[in-house]
Formats: sequence, structure tokens, C-alpha cells
Amino acid sequence: MRPQFASATTRVVNATSRRLGRGQGTVAGGRAGLRLDPRLLEHLSAGRQVALVTGTNGKTTTTRLLTVGLGATGDAVVSNETGSNMPPGHVAALAGTKARRAVLETDEVYLPRVLTATAASTVLLLNLSRDQLDRTNEVRMIAGSWRAALAAAPRTHVVANADDPLVVWGAGVARDAHWVGAGLRWQHDAVGCPSCEGRITFTEDGWSCASCGFARPEPEATLVVADDGAARAEWTNGRRVPLRLSLPGRFNQSNALMAAVAAEASGVDALAALAAMEGVQEVAGRFTVRSFGEVRARLMLAKNPAGWGELLDLVADSDAPLVVSINARVADGADPSWLWDVPYERLAGRAVVATGDRYRDLSVRLHYAGVRHTTEPEPVVAVTRAAAGSTDVVDVIGNYTAFYDLLGAP
Amino acid sequence: MKSPLRIAVVYPDLLGTYGDGGNGVVLARRAEWRGLEVALLQAVSDRPLPEADVYCLGGGEDGPQVRAARTLIDDGTLARRVADGAVVLAVCAGFQIVGRAFPGAAGDTHEGVGLLDIETVKPAGPRAVGEVLVEVDPALVGPLPPLTGFENHGGATSLGEGTAALGHVAAGVGNGEGDGSEGAVQGSVVGTYLHGPVLARNPALADRLLSWALGDVTLDPLDDEVAESLRQERLATVGGKRRRGRR
Repeated sequence: MRPQFASATTRVVNATSRRLGRGQGTVAGGRAGLRLDPRLLEHLSAGRQVALVTGTNGKTTTTRLLTVGLGATGDAVVSNETGSNMPPGHVAALAGTKARRAVLETDEVYLPRVLTATAASTVLLLNLSRDQLDRTNEVRMIAGSWRAALAAAPRTHVVANADDPLVVWGAGVARDAHWVGAGLRWQHDAVGCPSCEGRITFTEDGWSCASCGFARPEPEATLVVADDGAARAEWTNGRRVPLRLSLPGRFNQSNALMAAVAAEASGVDALAALAAMEGVQEVAGRFTVRSFGEVRARLMLAKNPAGWGELLDLVADSDAPLVVSINARVADGADPSWLWDVPYERLAGRAVVATGDRYRDLSVRLHYAGVRHTTEPEPVVAVTRAAAGSTDVVDVIGNYTAFYDLLGAP
Repeated sequence: MKSPLRIAVVYPDLLGTYGDGGNGVVLARRAEWRGLEVALLQAVSDRPLPEADVYCLGGGEDGPQVRAARTLIDDGTLARRVADGAVVLAVCAGFQIVGRAFPGAAGDTHEGVGLLDIETVKPAGPRAVGEVLVEVDPALVGPLPPLTGFENHGGATSLGEGTAALGHVAAGVGNGEGDGSEGAVQGSVVGTYLHGPVLARNPALADRLLSWALGDVTLDPLDDEVAESLRQERLATVGGKRRRGRR
């Protein structure tokens, strides 16, 4: 009786919270349900095939891609698509549906307990890098917690990025590991060997530790990107397929391949799943082009140095005006020192406007990077000002809450 | 005056977790803006440490921190250069490892480089995380405006007789010994727990270190309006919550 009552409470509180206009109604109901039944996530997961998606960057997008990919069969698939990636969000997503398949974006620190509660059949491990160090753990501790959790879940299929030593360490003892050559642009958090504290050396072909022999596992599928940006997926069993995503960027090609391998581990043909993913045009607002009055702007999210590294590739060659918005609220991490790990020097010559709660920290960083810029505390005003004299769509990159502020601005 | 001024960021592959590599960038740009020739060196841990005039060490994770200390001791260059008067700015994990002893991940004790007469242990309880405001001791580094920064550490650092505190916290935890001390200074070696990076937020401290490295020269002032605006914002933010305890 208790799980049913707790589940119904979750739905009612969520519906009420949505009606009152208090956000997207995913956390309050989940919390209420978990208070009534602390094992509600376990109960709601029973009888479902659950896939968990975690990692520092790309969680929300990959969750969406995998949801769409699994849906290629026509099955109903439920997902926590609002990005509430801790148990209250998971409970809220599952409470309202009988869908047999579920894809849950999961905060990297919460993976062990969510894995235990859901008995997930598939876990997808994307990457690990520094993010919000004031409130989460350093990346080696997170990788170690994954490793222990997966050792205790021998029936779980693990799909993991073979190019990230920390992810490989985290996945390492899984009995059914599917390695994917998904690439890793940001390698600065992985130089110290997670196995022996020796030194990891990266080469064209992979990586290895000179001290203990910990090395890149042979992937079953690899992302291959040609010089012109055209990408294809190659499996060791001979399958080859071009990736024609609507979403931009190498990192999204990598996310899609990881999702395709995870779909296959969940019993759905990888190529059918990839074909379905091609139609995804934006995910939770990322890469949305929206208007602010007369001005059109493309909204992008980069919340840490690894994410910025990928987006700089995407915007560095453009002449479009660029707005960068930085906050340091709880969800962003309170210390914006990470701005100094981003090679903003690459923006020299661009017209940049710095905005957000912490525009002064960003301005100091740009000053030392030799990037001429103006400052404007109000993000929407900053976008409008950046557009002055240009008919281009303004590129806007914000960190977490800065991005959502602009996405939701009237 | 030395030319070029050599500034080394020490082991960014091991001590590069908290953005402190920015301290090297700040020093290099501020010297260049004054017309000096500068070599900014990223000194990775699998090569011998290069000869430099200023060494910047940053924060890192527990495991890599132990490796960095071991490698610096075996290499020997840092201690030798300091004996010759080179300037060192050591932050957080970097601060701990230039002391005599510091804790590993399990709380076990490791030998440090011994440039500062300090010892760090890992007390029970939560990490010190948050904004810090430090009143600097003018006897050691000369008069400086208050330092602003962000601390994020789990150590308690005690000062021996051979070293003195960089200053005292007006907000934040600092060295975590309960006496309000923050950082340490011994000769040309300055240690602190402050990220930000600390020299980006405190250009006066950057110029003091540069001046030391150049032989106590007087430096022309720079236009620091951008950094001053950030400083005022940060000082106003911490002004309301002075002498916070550990969170």
C-alpha cells in the first residue's frame, strides 16, 4: 500500500506545483514521495528496464538521445528530461507512467545509490572532469565510488568511454563492459593514473600508464571524424555508419555513439537507434535559437573547462557577436576560478560581452587573455547590446544557471 | 634586471585542479605590460624542473599531490633555486607540499619539500569551503590591501618558529588552527590557501612578488580598474559574514 500511496502523492504534488507555476514540478513531488516511502525509487523501478546516464558533461543530451534511440522500437520510454538528476527527479519521472523502459540522467555523485535502488540493466559512463569543486568531490573519489558500485552490480551492462582513464577505472571491474572510442578532448584531469598514481601518457592511439600497465581497453565501437568534420561510427565487427546528427559539435557525435552502444546493450539495434537520434534538434534548450525582441540568439551551455573546450571549437571561427554569461550560484559552484582553465585567449579578435552575476571575474580573465570586451550585468541587455550593428545570430554561452536564466527570460 | 624573467607553473598536470595556473598568467602579463621580456613555462612532472625566477604551485587532488611532492624532492631544483633567492607562490595543495609534512588521502603523513616551516594534518570534520578575507601582516610582505580569495581544503596547517603567517582571516577559516592565521611566509616563499586565482583577485600581491623576483625594483602602476571592481564586489560580499567557522 505504501509505495502506491507515495507514488500517488508524488504525482499530486507535482501537478499542484506545476499549476501554481512553481517550476517544472519534478523535485517537490519526488521529495514528498520519498519522505513517505524512502524505498520509492526501488519500488517504481521494479519490473522496468532502467538505463542510467552519468558523467560530467553531456548527461542531459545523451539521456535524450538514448531515450529517442530506445523509442525506435515503438516502445514507450520514460525519462527525467527536465534535468532533475537526483532521486527526487527520478521518482517524479517514474511515478506518472507505466512505460517499461526508463532512461534516467543521474548525477555522478549519486550513481552508486541510484544504481542500487533501480537495479539498472545498463549504465552509461561518459567522462569525468573537474566541475563545481566546492560542492562535489574531486574526480578520483567519484571514479572510485563508481568502481565499487559496479563491482556490486555484476548483471549490469556498462557502456563506457575507453578514451577517459578515470571512466575506465570507474567501469573497470564490470563483468559486461562495452568500451566506446568516444574521444576525450580535456585530458588534464586524467594525467595521474587512478590505479597506481603513476603517470598516464596519451598518444594518437590511446593511453597507458608506464608504471602499472593500466591502459586503454580495445573499444567495440569508435567515433571517426574526418578533417571536414564528417563523422562515422565503426564497430570492430565491421559495421560502419555515417553520423548525420542535427545537433552540432564533435561532442554530440560522441554522445550519440555512446547512446547507440547503450541502446544495443538494452536490446535495440544500434543503427536503428542512431537513425532515430538524427531527428533530435535541441535538448532542454541547448542550441536553441530564440528571440530577444528584434535580436536572435543561439543559446549554448558550458559549465566547466572541458565543456568550454568543446564549445570554443564550435564558436572560435565565427564572426558572430559573442555573449558569455557566468554565475556562481549553488548549482554552478561558488568558485569561478575554473575560468582560468579555459583558453579564452582563442577569442582574441572577437566582439565579446561579459555578463551574469560574476561578470567581473570573467572580465578579469578576459583582460589577462587579451580579449577586448565590454561588460553588462544584465544578460538580456548584454545580448541586445552585442547584436548592435550586426545582423548575425548572437552566440550566447552561459554556465548552468546563466544558461537557464536566458532560456527562461521573457 | 634579469631577462627574460622566467616564470614556471609547477606541474600543471598534477597541481592544476583549481585554476591556480592563472597565477602564472597574471605574473607574466603584468611583467609584459611593463615592457619586460617574460618566459612563462608550463613545467610538467615528467621533465626536470626548469631553472626559473618565480615558481607557482597550485591546488590538486590528494594522490597527485603526493606524487608532486615526491617528484620535487627527487628533482631537487626547487629547493636549490629558492636557496638562490627564487620566489615561490604555493597555493592550497602546493602550500602543503612545500612544508615539512602533509597528509595523504588516508591521513597518512608524507614528507614535504621543506621550504616552509609548517606541518599540515587532516583533522576530522568538514572541509573549509568559501570566501576568505585576509588582513596581511605588513612586517613580512610590506603593506598590502586585504587579500580576497576562495578556500577549499581539508587541512589544518601549523606554523613552526621559522615561518610566520601571511596574515589573519577577517572572514573564512585559513590555516584551520583556530588562531585565525592564513598562509605562511619564509624568505621569498609565500604559501596560502586562497584560490581565485589569488593573484587575479589581488594584483598588489602579484606586483609584490614580481618586485621581489626583479630585485626589489619599484614597478610602474598599471590600470587595474577591472580587478579593482572585482575586489570591491568580493569585499562587499564577505563583509557581512566575518569569521565564519568551518562549514
